[in-house]
Amino acid sequence: MTTTNPGTETPTLWYDDVTTGDELPEVVKNPDTKQLVMYAGASQDFVAIHYDQNVAKEAGHPTVIIHGALKSAWLGELVTSWIGSAGRLLELDVQYRAIDFPDTPATCFGKVIETRIEDGVGLVEVEIGLRNSEGATTTPGRALVSLPTQDN
Amino acid sequence: MATPEAPNETVISEELQSFIGLESVAATYDIERHAVERFAAAIGDSNPLYSDRTFAESASYESLIAPPTFFRSLLPGSYPKPYPEPFAHILDGGSKYRYNEPVRVGDQITVICKITDLFEKHGRMGTMLFKVSELSYTNQEGRLVATQTSTTITYGTGEKDSGIDDH
Repeated sequence: MTTTNPGTETPTLWYDDVTTGDELPEVVKNPDTKQLVMYAGASQDFVAIHYDQNVAKEAGHPTVIIHGALKSAWLGELVTSWIGSAGRLLELDVQYRAIDFPDTPATCFGKVIETRIEDGVGLVEVEIGLRNSEGATTTPGRALVSLPTQDN
Repeated sequence: MATPEAPNETVISEELQSFIGLESVAATYDIERHAVERFAAAIGDSNPLYSDRTFAESASYESLIAPPTFFRSLLPGSYPKPYPEPFAHILDGGSKYRYNEPVRVGDQITVICKITDLFEKHGRMGTMLFKVSELSYTNQEGRLVATQTSTTITYGTGEKDSGIDDH
C-alpha cells in the first residue's frame, strides 16, 4: 500500500510493505559525453580519461569512460527515489569492477535482501548494481535504509 | 623457461608509509543552492528535495538537501607534505558512504581526509597501489554528518594522468 504525505506528491514507502526479495523499480540512464563533462565540472573531477578522447584511446579504450562516482550517484538515485522523502539512506557502498562507456544504456537495479527492526526503527538492506547493455553487472553495491513504520 | 617473478621490492616506501594516519588540511564549504542544483543536474537526478524548497520543507526537511554523493564535490585540502605518488595512472575502486543526517543548503561542511591503508597487488597491469582514504564531513555545529571511505588504485609509468594529484 502506498499513501501520500499531506502537501506532497511523494508516496510514502512503509517498512511494513517491504518484503525480502522485493525488487526496486529500475532506473535506466542514457549518459552522453555532455553529461560526463557536466559531472566533471560539478564534482571537480578533472581526470582527463573522462572527457579527452585521445587520452582514453591511448589508454586502450574505444572512447571516454564514465566516472565511477557518477555511477554511485545513479545508484544513490535508485535507492532514494524508491524510499521517497520519508525514508533515509544510511549506508551506500559501491564497487567499480568494470568500466562503462557513454552512449549506451546503463540500468540500475536492486533487491531487498533483509528487513529488521532495530531500536524501533525499520531497517532495510538492499543489494544494488549497475548493469551494462550486454547484461553484465559492472558496478555492484549495497545500501541500508530506514523506513517509517505504520504504528508510529 | 622464464617464470614471471613477483617483484620483491615494494613501492610503499617509508615516506609513503608515513602518510598512513596523516590528516589533510581541513577544507570548509558553504553549501549553496546553485551548487546543489548544478550537481543534481549533472547526475540527472530530478528529485525535488534538491531543487524545490517548498517540497523539501513539506517533506519534513528544514530546507533543500544535497544528493547523497554530493560529497564528491567537496574536495579535501592537501596533506601537510606532498604525497609521493609513485605511479602515473589512476582508477577509482569504489566508495562506502555512511550517513548520519542529510546535508542542507545553508550548512557549512568541513572535510578532512585521512589515509587509513596503503597496500599493493600484482596483476595484469603490473604493480598496483591501493590507497584507502576516509573522508569525514562535519557540519557547522560540530556533528559528523557523513563519512566516505574511498579506494583509489594507481598503476603504470609514463606521463601522469591529468588530475591524478587531486586524489
